[in-house]
Amino acid sequence: MAEQEALFEYLLRLGDNALILGHRLSEWCGHAPALEEDLALSNVALDLIGQTQLWLNLAGEVEGKGRDANNLAYLRDARDFRNVLLVEQPNGDFAVTMARQFYFDAWHYLLLRELMNSTDGRVAEIAAKGLKEVTYHLERSREWVVRLGDGTEESHERMQAALDDLWMFTGELFEADEVDQEMVRRGVGPDLGALREPWLGLMRATAEEATLTLPQPGWAQRGGKRGIHSEHLGYILADLQFLQRAYPNATW
Amino acid sequence: MTDKKEWPLWEVFIRSQHGLAHRHVGSLHAPDAEMAIMNARDVYTRRNEGVSIWVVRASDIAASSPSEKGPLFEPANSKVYRHPTFYEIPEELGHM
Amino acid sequence: MYAQMVKTGVDHIQSKEEMSPEERAFQERVDADIKIEPKEWMPEAYRKTLVRQISQHAHSEIIGMQPEGNWITRAPTLERKAILLAKVQDEAGHGLYLYCAAETLGVTRDELMEQLNSGKAKYSSIFNYPTLTWADIGAIGWLVDGAAIMNQVPLQRCSYGPYSRAMIRICKEESFHQRQGYDIMMKLASGTPEQKQMAQDALNRWWWPSLMMFGPSDADSVHSAQSMRWKIKINSNDELRQKFVDQTVPQAEYLGLTVPDPDLTWNAERGHYDFGKIDWDEFYQVINGNGPCNRQRLRTRVKAYEEGRWVRDAADAYAAKKAARAKAQAA
Repeated sequence: MAEQEALFEYLLRLGDNALILGHRLSEWCGHAPALEEDLALSNVALDLIGQTQLWLNLAGEVEGKGRDANNLAYLRDARDFRNVLLVEQPNGDFAVTMARQFYFDAWHYLLLRELMNSTDGRVAEIAAKGLKEVTYHLERSREWVVRLGDGTEESHERMQAALDDLWMFTGELFEADEVDQEMVRRGVGPDLGALREPWLGLMRATAEEATLTLPQPGWAQRGGKRGIHSEHLGYILADLQFLQRAYPNATW
Repeated sequence: MTDKKEWPLWEVFIRSQHGLAHRHVGSLHAPDAEMAIMNARDVYTRRNEGVSIWVVRASDIAASSPSEKGPLFEPANSKVYRHPTFYEIPEELGHM
Repeated sequence: MYAQMVKTGVDHIQSKEEMSPEERAFQERVDADIKIEPKEWMPEAYRKTLVRQISQHAHSEIIGMQPEGNWITRAPTLERKAILLAKVQDEAGHGLYLYCAAETLGVTRDELMEQLNSGKAKYSSIFNYPTLTWADIGAIGWLVDGAAIMNQVPLQRCSYGPYSRAMIRICKEESFHQRQGYDIMMKLASGTPEQKQMAQDALNRWWWPSLMMFGPSDADSVHSAQSMRWKIKINSNDELRQKFVDQTVPQAEYLGLTVPDPDLTWNAERGHYDFGKIDWDEFYQVINGNGPCNRQRLRTRVKAYEEGRWVRDAADAYAAKKAARAKAQAA
């Protein structure tokens, strides 16, 4: 695989993860359990939308066909999206949203920390900015997992169910394909497999503090990184892209 | 009206720049101190307003009573000698 | 306005002679522009009116998140999406500041939420209209926030300290809200024919409800007179409405859009625009629950509140456990 092509794919994955999770979180605005939480979830969503713009603009630049972040976000179809399956899963109840967030934040944090050392200065720069934001995201989602796990009987059950339901989408985070391998070879990105142990360590410690049981390793759902998604993504895009599709070539 | 428990109210103090004192900026609800600090960050520093946050449970604040405003604060009015403008310094001395 | 037709519980304006010594001292402080602070003596009617007004204002911010929130997932670019999300988030913040201000008067947020959820408390009529197209997001920012700012800027000087401070913070944060709305309208008005049509359609639908926001004429209202005496209302409804029309008509002309009022004309003698009759029947219908979205808005709010209950309870339970553990450890 040509270097530019691999880097483009890699940047799409980073950008699409941020885009789709930011979109999911923005769905919460106005529906959160407390006003304070409306503000907090929106802040995380805003951070992710900002990261989306950085990654996808860089992706467009690397591709060299004149596409920018908006172009990539609003005019690709589902098969061309490269986000992991985890981030497109529906919000569910607050426990599901927090489980999804915690799984992702912990991985995102570890990944960006490595990407700060990327041989590609542009990647390192975006990662450094994102890491500050994601450090806070992780702190927040971790605090919520602990509170819901060790809160009431009901919250414990819901939190446990959420961890169990989403577990099968976490395997994909650590599976490297030829794009990831190419990035490792060129010093652009880290060995994803090596992130698994520190991630699991954080999961175990948090689950213990939260009186929750971490699910056993099992069959991992995969495909998002190659554009094979769950049914949910199509509906996200139907919302996201509606205006751009309904009024082609208009500016907004 | 309601027997349900509500998250307690916290008062939020933010230091906007190094060197300045923390200033009261408002209140919010949070279940505990950790969440109160995070909520304060999300509610009161959305526009880059702060470098440090204090939160205090509203119920833990001891306040002077408004009806004692006279006895508490008016005596200070008569102690004008505490203010530099009380003293006349010869002009030829310049700034003091 | 975000608080419409707030009742004061009084049937006439007291003369100085009718007032008790405390009431007189209170009024004199208000007259002298001295801020009233929590826990200071205040007439019960003042306290109750303020609770009503501030909470109505807060409810409007919270319910107001819905019509705009309706387009967050469909905003047409990443920039627009971030701006809209930040704006709706600000509204949550403004509701929060206002509930906190109301809480200094001896009510709890839960009590106020309960009043909203039960349908007992009112919120601004404007948020019971639907947002049907993206242009509605522009129109809301431009017209609705524009109207709200008219009222909120003077309220920064209101007599109650916590309310005044909340308004100062809100006005500072809201300064971008109207501009982003107008910015959307400018893009649409200079865009494709479909976009321009979308903008005109939004103006057509939002113009009259925006004028209604200021509430019916209160020239003869004893409640308004009392509120103005207390300096928790600064301008009359008609005054603000006129100011809004005068300010907005040139903005519409700049966009090349037509204000949907055949009677709208510049009155050189008055130095103001004359405008057509407002359909107050519609206003009262909407205020009393019969607007296109009243039921939907309330149902959505109740649902969020009820579905969040187990989360709030869990955080409470955790805090209690943690406190107990800390206590046991210290012992």
